[in-house]
Amino acid sequence: MAGTTHAVWTRKDLVGIADLTREEIEMVLDAAPQFGAVSQRASGIKKVPLLQGRLVVLWFHEPSTRTRSSFELAAKRLSADTLAVASSTSSSVKGETLHDTLANIEAMRADITVIRHSCAGAPHLLAGSHRSHIINAGDGRHEHPTQALLDCYTMRESVRRRTGNPDATLDGVKVAIVGDVEHSRVARSDIHALLKLGAKVTVCGPSTLVPRELERYGVGVTHRLKEALEDADVVYSLRIQLERQAKALFPSLREYIKLFRIDAESLRHAPDHAIVMHPGPINRDLELSTEVADGPRSVILQQVTNGVAVRMAVMHLLANSGGAAR
Amino acid sequence: MTPDKDMLAESTVLMDRDAIAATVRSLALAISDANPDIGALVLLGILRRGRPLADRLAALIGEYTGTTPPVGSLATTMYRDDVRTGAAVPQMKGETHFDFSVDDRTVLLVDDVLAAGRTIRAALDEVMDYGRPRRIQLACLVDRGGRELPIQADYLGYSIATGADEWVSVRLRETDDEDAVLLLREDRRAETND
Repeated sequence: MAGTTHAVWTRKDLVGIADLTREEIEMVLDAAPQFGAVSQRASGIKKVPLLQGRLVVLWFHEPSTRTRSSFELAAKRLSADTLAVASSTSSSVKGETLHDTLANIEAMRADITVIRHSCAGAPHLLAGSHRSHIINAGDGRHEHPTQALLDCYTMRESVRRRTGNPDATLDGVKVAIVGDVEHSRVARSDIHALLKLGAKVTVCGPSTLVPRELERYGVGVTHRLKEALEDADVVYSLRIQLERQAKALFPSLREYIKLFRIDAESLRHAPDHAIVMHPGPINRDLELSTEVADGPRSVILQQVTNGVAVRMAVMHLLANSGGAAR
Repeated sequence: MTPDKDMLAESTVLMDRDAIAATVRSLALAISDANPDIGALVLLGILRRGRPLADRLAALIGEYTGTTPPVGSLATTMYRDDVRTGAAVPQMKGETHFDFSVDDRTVLLVDDVLAAGRTIRAALDEVMDYGRPRRIQLACLVDRGGRELPIQADYLGYSIATGADEWVSVRLRETDDEDAVLLLREDRRAETND
């Protein structure tokens, strides 16, 4: 420890990537490998006592299997107790306000509250006035910060493996994000994180689903898939939210597939080393072909594995750092 | 917490390069003598400076017995007892890594300085989470006293009782470009003379 200065985590909550500095993002990414190793132990007990005796409440107002499971597993690998409060069983259906429900959750001495809500800004609203550490697990179209952190971690690992440089960063790495950028909180958080980390981001999709104003933030915008993929190190396919397709934001699924699907043919435009990512769940053969999703360039299951490690790192930093709960 | 060397007015050399080399040799001999079943011995160096010491010991044990025991690294950061107090956020630099089983083995923990004993307590818990060793032993280069837990080294190189204003700084060529053990002391006269 002598003679070295380390950044210290001081944040109480993780509400969005927009609030974080590059240093804070890198603290999470740097901590993740040790947490990943806990799950990969060949023998013995796959957990560490960092959150022993503490309560993590999973408060999900929207359906979610993978994100909730990932948070729950991460909490358990840190030896925390977990309590799931689903919207169907919570009093929100009876008209209780978010503040009141959280006050009740905290009366049970919750240390960390993981919240997913369809209203953008709900976690932000709660973070300012409650005691427990709030983690945003997705709020409306706004942010999904832990997804962005696990995505950046997965990209960085890939760059480090490919270049053989264990200290490589995402500086200058080219990322193409393809699909429904407009409605995607994953895309929003990923773009915030990638720009802070120095990556070059291009978004691609039908003009109704890709906001032009992203150009003002230094993001490339194109409606031609070939152009987006040409020099991409990472091809990030977003989920087409079929539930929103009632609004007819593009003429037909057939046309979308023809112009924007990531498949063996469109991927020929990308460099050989490009990896393919997707936040899940996949609409197979719609935004992403089965052949590519299950192929050698796909790191989609690696994203799932990394999600647990990154969420462990986040919960540890929030709950064990100077950003103490009140 | 070890302060920067240049913040301190006084430093005394407790061990130079030759003394460290001689001490590591005698530790390796003692470990070899005490473990006739050398094939069951594995070394875990506690990061950071326990790891290079473990590597040196393993090489010497290999010379003496013909069997070089495997070496791994132990971070102990996730098992520390001060994470909850907020006193120290574990810096996740350096990872626990070893590719052998500890089940039914003799696990030798190696660290540079033994003081309160809290790092060793954390290391014991961490090793136990990986399996059930037959026995666990401890080798340290320097014991500076100040124990807060009932923990002792099985193999000890150098012992010194230090005061509250003194620190022992172990410097190794693998991590610090030189081999030396220093006793550092705050200069209180400088403060009072001002």
